[in-house]
Amino acid sequence: MKLTTTLMASTALVVAAGSAFADDHAKMADSMTVVSWGGAYQKSQQNAYTIPYAEKHDGLEVIWDESSAEAVAKLRAMDEAGSVTWDVVDVVAADALRLCDEGLAIEIDPEKDLAAAPDGTSAEEDFGELLVGDCFIPQIVYSTTFGYRTDMVPEGADAPSQICDVFDLEKYPGKRALEKRPINNVEWALLCDGVAKEDVYDVLATEEGQQQALDKLATIKDEVIWWSAGADTPQLLADGEVFMGSTYNGRLFAAIEEQKQPIGMMWDAQVFDLDGWIIPANLPEDRLKRAMDFVKFATDTQRLADQAKYISYGPARASSAPLVGQHAELGIDMAPHMPTDPNNAANTFLYNYEFWADYRDDIDAKFQAWLAQ
Amino acid sequence: MADTTQSGPMLAADGSPLKRSLSRTLRRQKLRALLLIAPLLIFVLVTFIIPIVSMLFRSVENQIVSHTLPQTVEALQEWDPNSGEPPDEAVYQALFFDMFKAAEAKRHTQVGNRLNYEQPGLSSMFRGTGRSLDDMGEEFEDALVDIDPSFKTSEFWFELLSGEGADSFLKDRRAKLAAMAGESMRGDIGFAPSAKALELLPATTEAYTDFAIWTAIVEEDVVAEERPWEAVYAGLGVDLRSAEVVQQIASYDGPGAAALKAAVANIDQLPQESFRDMFAESDEDWLDTEGWRTMALYSPDYTTGYFLNSVDLQKTIEGVEARPETQQIYIKLFIRTLYMSLIITGACILLGYPVAWILANLPLRTANVLMILVLLPFWTSLLVRTSAWKVLLQQQGVINEILVWLGFVDDANRLIIMNNATGTIIAMTHILLPFMILPLYSVMKTIPPTYLRAAKSLGATNWTAFWRVYFPQSVPGIGAGSILVFILSIGYYITPEIVGGTDGVFISNRIAYHISSSLNWGLAAALGTILLLVVLALYWCYDRIVGIDNVKLGG
Amino acid sequence: MSDLKVSIPRPPLTSFTLPLTAVLGAMFGFVAGNVYGQPWIGALGGAVVGAVMAFVAHFMSDRRTVTRWGTIAVLAITGLLAGGLGAAFSGVIIGAVMSWFAYWLDSGAYRKNVPIYYTAGQTLWYNSFLFICGLVFFFLIAPLLPVMWLSFNAEDFFTFTPEMLNFQAEGYSLKHYRNFLGTEEWMTPLKNSLIIAPFATFISVSLGTLAAIGLSQSHVPGRQAIMAILISPMIVPLIISATGMFFFYAPLGNWLEANLNLDQRLVGYMKVILAHAALGVPFVIITVTATLVGFDRSLTRAAANMGADPITTFFRVQMPLILPGVISGGLFAFITSFDEVVVVLFVGSAQQQTLPWQMFTGLREQISPTILAAATILVTVSILLLAAVELLRRRSERLRGLSPG
Repeated sequence: MKLTTTLMASTALVVAAGSAFADDHAKMADSMTVVSWGGAYQKSQQNAYTIPYAEKHDGLEVIWDESSAEAVAKLRAMDEAGSVTWDVVDVVAADALRLCDEGLAIEIDPEKDLAAAPDGTSAEEDFGELLVGDCFIPQIVYSTTFGYRTDMVPEGADAPSQICDVFDLEKYPGKRALEKRPINNVEWALLCDGVAKEDVYDVLATEEGQQQALDKLATIKDEVIWWSAGADTPQLLADGEVFMGSTYNGRLFAAIEEQKQPIGMMWDAQVFDLDGWIIPANLPEDRLKRAMDFVKFATDTQRLADQAKYISYGPARASSAPLVGQHAELGIDMAPHMPTDPNNAANTFLYNYEFWADYRDDIDAKFQAWLAQ
Repeated sequence: MADTTQSGPMLAADGSPLKRSLSRTLRRQKLRALLLIAPLLIFVLVTFIIPIVSMLFRSVENQIVSHTLPQTVEALQEWDPNSGEPPDEAVYQALFFDMFKAAEAKRHTQVGNRLNYEQPGLSSMFRGTGRSLDDMGEEFEDALVDIDPSFKTSEFWFELLSGEGADSFLKDRRAKLAAMAGESMRGDIGFAPSAKALELLPATTEAYTDFAIWTAIVEEDVVAEERPWEAVYAGLGVDLRSAEVVQQIASYDGPGAAALKAAVANIDQLPQESFRDMFAESDEDWLDTEGWRTMALYSPDYTTGYFLNSVDLQKTIEGVEARPETQQIYIKLFIRTLYMSLIITGACILLGYPVAWILANLPLRTANVLMILVLLPFWTSLLVRTSAWKVLLQQQGVINEILVWLGFVDDANRLIIMNNATGTIIAMTHILLPFMILPLYSVMKTIPPTYLRAAKSLGATNWTAFWRVYFPQSVPGIGAGSILVFILSIGYYITPEIVGGTDGVFISNRIAYHISSSLNWGLAAALGTILLLVVLALYWCYDRIVGIDNVKLGG
Repeated sequence: MSDLKVSIPRPPLTSFTLPLTAVLGAMFGFVAGNVYGQPWIGALGGAVVGAVMAFVAHFMSDRRTVTRWGTIAVLAITGLLAGGLGAAFSGVIIGAVMSWFAYWLDSGAYRKNVPIYYTAGQTLWYNSFLFICGLVFFFLIAPLLPVMWLSFNAEDFFTFTPEMLNFQAEGYSLKHYRNFLGTEEWMTPLKNSLIIAPFATFISVSLGTLAAIGLSQSHVPGRQAIMAILISPMIVPLIISATGMFFFYAPLGNWLEANLNLDQRLVGYMKVILAHAALGVPFVIITVTATLVGFDRSLTRAAANMGADPITTFFRVQMPLILPGVISGGLFAFITSFDEVVVVLFVGSAQQQTLPWQMFTGLREQISPTILAAATILVTVSILLLAAVELLRRRSERLRGLSPG
């Protein structure tokens, strides 16, 4: 009680003195709409970010909107209609790039807008090359990889461990679940069709290369169930409906460790991707200040490391990696389950944002036509 | 009413001529009918029709290119797309200044995205070059500041270019900027371009005026105190490339004359590189004619491009041609959507008719209990029912498990009834069945059972009585139900997405994709417009052929 | 009615009940035999069981209940011995069906609902027709059963676990119900849905019924065009409607907030309600106009003739007659709003998150049987509501001394 009184008194003094700091705080909006994906991922964000943040800022109302999947379309519609109701939006890096291109997200200056690491390393250096695009504030690293039913591995065969096992129907018969879009699938197809990792995107930029990828996919097309929602593959695996399927590593972790399903996980040529925050353009002053303040808090070293307690996605800062602890409920070490762990990251594939920004529509049109054949 | 022996017009009770009285009643009836309809009509028009029409209008809109790159589009008119050569320097120069402004407003990437739908690669070309525009301008700036430090000051430029007599020029620049940025550029900017400066240094004045409008209105800064854009320096560099301008500067004695003369004296220190080379340096694809052809093709304000795309055609310089076979999909999807919706409607009639009949003819007590069975699935969320079908239909699902257990299906060859057209048809028939049963029921309820009995007692067989007496009276119900089911199924996309796999998806799935993922709203609107036209045509046919309510109500 | 009842003669055993029951038994036997790869032996055995059943039914017609339970028990035990729990369950079903069938035939009940003059063929057709209708009802209801069953899953998947299939306690749990009833995450959307849907229904039903009556008058100018406009919300693909409406409602909301000083939350609800009302309109229009087609217009004239003003005529004569249409239109409108996910995703904001929205994100991001628990609860509530309505109706009928219809 006494402490708060003192605090209040000193705050009053500071305000009276017209300090820039207090001024800033006085102008911050007292409610904030955070957009995310829902589910376990959103829970991890609540635990690691918004709950501690709200504790520090009395009277702050945090509203969650689970619309990240439609974020790009909705933000564009909001912008055109002139009423942006979101303050902080969680999107994948490719969407962030798109929002930036469309002028729907504000540009971020990592030096000014993001917190430095505890040891003084600048945010720019700490995030390193994960700062893709001008508007994107990376939060986690995830990878899209394959899970398989351990009890459906053919007798006498080893558990699948290489990406090309997906395309090997003789050794590993059974259905596969692949995402119903070309991204990731065509890269894997080319990798397994003899294209070197560093040439994949050069090959994909050509008509022949695209056809080559689709031809390779055609060899397993009859055995593929195409998924479109993140929850699909774990469900298909749990049902035994597919033998193997691609999904995000966090979902496989949940199915294996939390749900105890007979599922194994492959760490080969998994596609590295990022998820993080953007702040919509054209926010009113007070809400913009609140959003910037929150994002700075939520992407500091400790907070990013905290999130890994609840979900197995790697923190985007280099300085957070050593702080990653144990799972909040299961008590298992989380570090070996991170996509950033050196053992897991031995053979990763880096998603090329620029390439997909250019070729997404074109290759998708071909992919959909190919699917419909 | 009227006395027949009396000659003259028939009179109504109140003594007015019957004809007039009748037509007045008729008018009043019409008015009353319209008054009853009006509230809803206005409600639907305002809250639905107008927004939808404006949404569909996007299928032809294409102002983004000409608004964002106005001078480039103008300069590009001179270029012959079939020449095989990239356009000449004037186009690149115009592109630099257009893009510089667009980059300030972050609009260049939008144009890039728009053009990228037609030609992959343009998106990153615009994005990448947008970043190097400042560097291009800075070369001019650095050179000029080296020659005379006064080029660095904001006052220098303000004094050099301020003046009067160029009001219509200013108005024109405001309009162009407003069109580009999509917001109003009205208001005081604290700067007026001078007609003299415009004559002497056209490119510089244009760039500075744009800068002034932008600074004052969008950034809300004082023009005279801000350092101009790099584009203004580039503008001067461009102006100084003309021998005529150099000549006129010799005799110029207005503000800033000294610095200008110094620049002329050291003209060899200014960058001599053409804008074409600078663009090529930033991305060599700028020399490629394909991108320019696309830009020329999509520069008009309105385009048929989206509609052509939605019927698997494409626009080229030579004219309209078919898309490569690897990209043809929409016609197929349209046909599939209509075909599968028809099957679903047929299945609903087959399953719904007997049930509706039973409900309408059983004693009310039993019928109401059975009605609960119809309403229950209807009360259950569409999403839940779709997931339920997933649980039932998949290969490890309930139906397959039972069949395998009973030995009718071999474990290795389980039925594939999901992730294909069958799955969509089964699930959607189930979901839409109540939409058939309920209208049928409400119509059958109004058919008196005595008609059937009368027919039979007159000697009709059961079948004749049904087919000639009962069925025709139930047709409005079939019509209402079919229209409901058919139209609803055409627009569905969540169920096909979940159980349809690859050959059970509808055109709506693609529309949804273009709205929410690819952001190609123009194409989505074009596909939606076509779908809408198809439905309207079918509705019209229905009204013509069945047209039952039409005949009865004599409307 | 009872005085019209004619006592139905019992059909002959050997030429009717016995062969038919034997055929049914053979069919069951065929299926059961197939499990063990011996369909024909199964069919033979089934036929014998059927024949025995027919005998029993014929000669013990007065001890129906005992015989039926006895049959069920015998077949269940046979099943249990032959193939475990699943087979025992099948035995129960087969026993129930077979014994019912035998008594149904033997007592002549199969002719109970057909006129006495019906030929055998007509009776067969009538009963097959009932059977077909039964199948359709089964088709309607069956998919809901796994939903209810799976909602008690102890795991977080839509999968029947072996524990569930063997009815072991550890395979079941109420955690999804706790999750649904105990968290804001689900209760707020439920509340929102219950606020939005009735208001939207009220708007579309009241405006829609008036308009439908207007449309049914003779001589409405531009009837076709008006009709097309009014049902357009149903025709336009939802995703296009959703984006189009968004562009209308977002500025409207801003304007309302700025000029009328309305609360942001209230405006949010109004936007969704109006959008859903527009979507519900076509259903009301279609069903009510369809009912009005059969409406005898001389009734309103008669009412007017007897001195009723138009409003009285409407409420006392027209409304009761078209009520079924209005109610079914209202049901459609309600369910359109209650089950709508695409438009609310665009027009609504997080504060107006409805139940389908929550289910949609749930299905997409994290499959959890909570959705199924929610559905089960809703189904149960609607059964109770519908049953209560029906009971009230019967009670008022009884009170008014009307014979049950």
